[in-house]
Amino acid sequence: MLKISTAPHMQTQHDTPKIMLDVVFAMLPAIIVALIFFGLPALMVILTSVAACCGFEYFANRFWFKKGNTTTDFSAIVTGMLLAFNLPSSMPLWMVVVGAFVAIVIGKLCYGGLGKNIFNPALVGRVFLFISFPVQMTNWPKPEFLNFLNTDAQTGATTLGLIKHIDSQTSATMLAGELPSYWQMFIGNIGGCLGEVSALALLLGLVYMLYRKVITWHIPFYYIGSFFSFSLIMWLITGNIQYEPLTNILSGGLMLGAIFMATDYTTSPMTIKGRIIFAVCCGVLTGIIRFFSAYPEGVSFAILIMNAFVPLIDKFIKPDFYGQRR
Amino acid sequence: MTKIKTFPLGGIHPEKYKITTDSPVIFAGLPDVVTIPVKQHIGSPAKILVSPGDKVKVGTLIADADGIVSSDVHSSVSGEVLKIEAIEGEFGYLEDMITIKVEGDEFEPSVDRSLDIDREIPYTAQEIVAKIREAGIVGMGGAGYPTPIKTSIPEDKNVDTLIVNGIECEPFLTADDRLMIEKAEQIIIGAKIINKALGIQNAIIAIDENKPKAIDILSKLTKTYVGVNVQVCATKYPQGGEKQLITAITGREVPSGKLPADAGCLVQNVGTVFAIYEAIMKNKPLYERIVTVSGDTCLHPANYLVRIGTPASYLIEKSGGISPETTQVIFGGPMMGTSAFNINAPITKTTSGILLLSDKIAGKCAETDCIRCGKCTEVCPIGLQPYLIARLMKNHQIGELKDCHTLDCIECGCCAYTCPAHIPLLDYCKLAKMELRKKN
Repeated sequence: MLKISTAPHMQTQHDTPKIMLDVVFAMLPAIIVALIFFGLPALMVILTSVAACCGFEYFANRFWFKKGNTTTDFSAIVTGMLLAFNLPSSMPLWMVVVGAFVAIVIGKLCYGGLGKNIFNPALVGRVFLFISFPVQMTNWPKPEFLNFLNTDAQTGATTLGLIKHIDSQTSATMLAGELPSYWQMFIGNIGGCLGEVSALALLLGLVYMLYRKVITWHIPFYYIGSFFSFSLIMWLITGNIQYEPLTNILSGGLMLGAIFMATDYTTSPMTIKGRIIFAVCCGVLTGIIRFFSAYPEGVSFAILIMNAFVPLIDKFIKPDFYGQRR
Repeated sequence: MTKIKTFPLGGIHPEKYKITTDSPVIFAGLPDVVTIPVKQHIGSPAKILVSPGDKVKVGTLIADADGIVSSDVHSSVSGEVLKIEAIEGEFGYLEDMITIKVEGDEFEPSVDRSLDIDREIPYTAQEIVAKIREAGIVGMGGAGYPTPIKTSIPEDKNVDTLIVNGIECEPFLTADDRLMIEKAEQIIIGAKIINKALGIQNAIIAIDENKPKAIDILSKLTKTYVGVNVQVCATKYPQGGEKQLITAITGREVPSGKLPADAGCLVQNVGTVFAIYEAIMKNKPLYERIVTVSGDTCLHPANYLVRIGTPASYLIEKSGGISPETTQVIFGGPMMGTSAFNINAPITKTTSGILLLSDKIAGKCAETDCIRCGKCTEVCPIGLQPYLIARLMKNHQIGELKDCHTLDCIECGCCAYTCPAHIPLLDYCKLAKMELRKKN
């Protein structure tokens, strides 16, 4: 039996679930690093978060929003993993579930589901937890290499926490011994949220996503680039170690934010030009929050603030149009 | 070799499936009856000159152009006119067609059937355009715009470049590729003829990278012809689109709503250029063309030389018939072609291929929610925002559609091809264009 349909009669093999799975694969290196340094608790946080996100997506859509099963697009898995990446491994699991509820139900489904939310759901969940449970959210277990059960883990400050409130050279030299080396920061042997510590693992994920054409290079490049420039200028002017650009890039949530959070399709602009504006603003805002506010970390807030501007950017920034020039 | 050129905005790289690149063109043979539509071009249908019972030969004028934007239609076979009536065409619409019963294969005496290559052009510009008109030549790349109009440039336009379009960026199709390999010199002479008609000196034959044989043959031959050159273009869809090709070759852009002549260019498909050569040098009207019969469920893919009016089903049978896996028969290429409503519909002057596709290629997935990935915007060669056009169309915000340059859409289908949510973006764009034209 022959059928008829409208052109084109070919379609790409890329569909939404495959793209989401590619993002999940891209996060695997960071998961491995989290397991190496934070052990079983990290795994428990990740599993709880993913399971809770998928569960909330399924049940809320079924019983509250009366929609079909949308967990098959795998976007809830991505949200769950990203939420877990933004939590310390010592986070009590019931709080993780609360975060997952806020992320999926309030951050995403209340707006109409995948593709319609204004704010990055994982960041909504993280910021909710950050404001509600500040103690647990800033309790950073020290990384312990291959101590899988991570029994009686000690806690300590993050690199950003260390450099936040020191001034001028005197205290800098005092603290220099306490700061991790660039290499330690690069591979992830530092305190912090379980998915953000290793720049190396996150960059591997970026390379994979670029290779699979899941994202374009613009947002990560301009985000990291603008933030680097901003801190470099501050560093050159003041000489304060707090602004030292390499430390700033390798620590905190910058890499995770620039590679996995700001590049979220739904909450970033549709055009390349728009994405560049979005990413540069994210970078500058991150700098402003990190350097001039009471918080040592500013990536989540910067991305959420810029998320709110995405509809505006999309309205005014149009792609290059054929026929503009002769 | 000069630099490989391409267009800057958007584009996609679909699977090529050029199965028939190495299959020489073979004559498809004569069917029992042919049905020749009187409208195989853009414009008004031709006026029918014959009536049932009339005897015709190959090349006999059977329908006369009605006005400027129209085209002559010639008989492609010899035999007797059986009936003149409206028959379902490839789109499923009723079209006026002349049915001719084939008897023998007799040609009009004026048609020169020798295979020698004539290199001297004995005609003036006006004579060339008149002969193109008499031969009923239309754009054979798919649009079917009457060629004599394209070759008579208005006084106020200044055309300096002829681009011969040998790109054939649609997957599966190899008709143009084979024509360039087998009739290379005739195409070059055809380009010279058009140049003479336009009074210009510069012709560029554009071929994409995945046709090394055609590039090789034409590059060698053009060395002996002044003013005709080969330009290699990147293999990218829709490189063969008129606007994309002009930008790739010359760097100029056709202004919105204007014609290629406004960018100083004339683009002609290689098939059309060859038809012009035959019309001028051999006095041969357009009664046959090359058709690729291919597809993933086609048993014997081939390139056929087909008489206009041959039923598609005749070619399908010749290539092994429809297999159980075949779910769609496509007239043209898979990106811009039409899904055949009636497989007995005739081959026309613009049919470049007949494809037998299975659901593996042509199957449509269910539409899901837009995830705002922006891929449709990235691949659009015009720089439109298909997701926005689709959304405005769904919400019936027709007023806002005007600000989106919707009418500049070339309907290449890159957006719908690339959409991971399988939203039929091209359908929405086409609907939006219809809606906007209604308003104006």
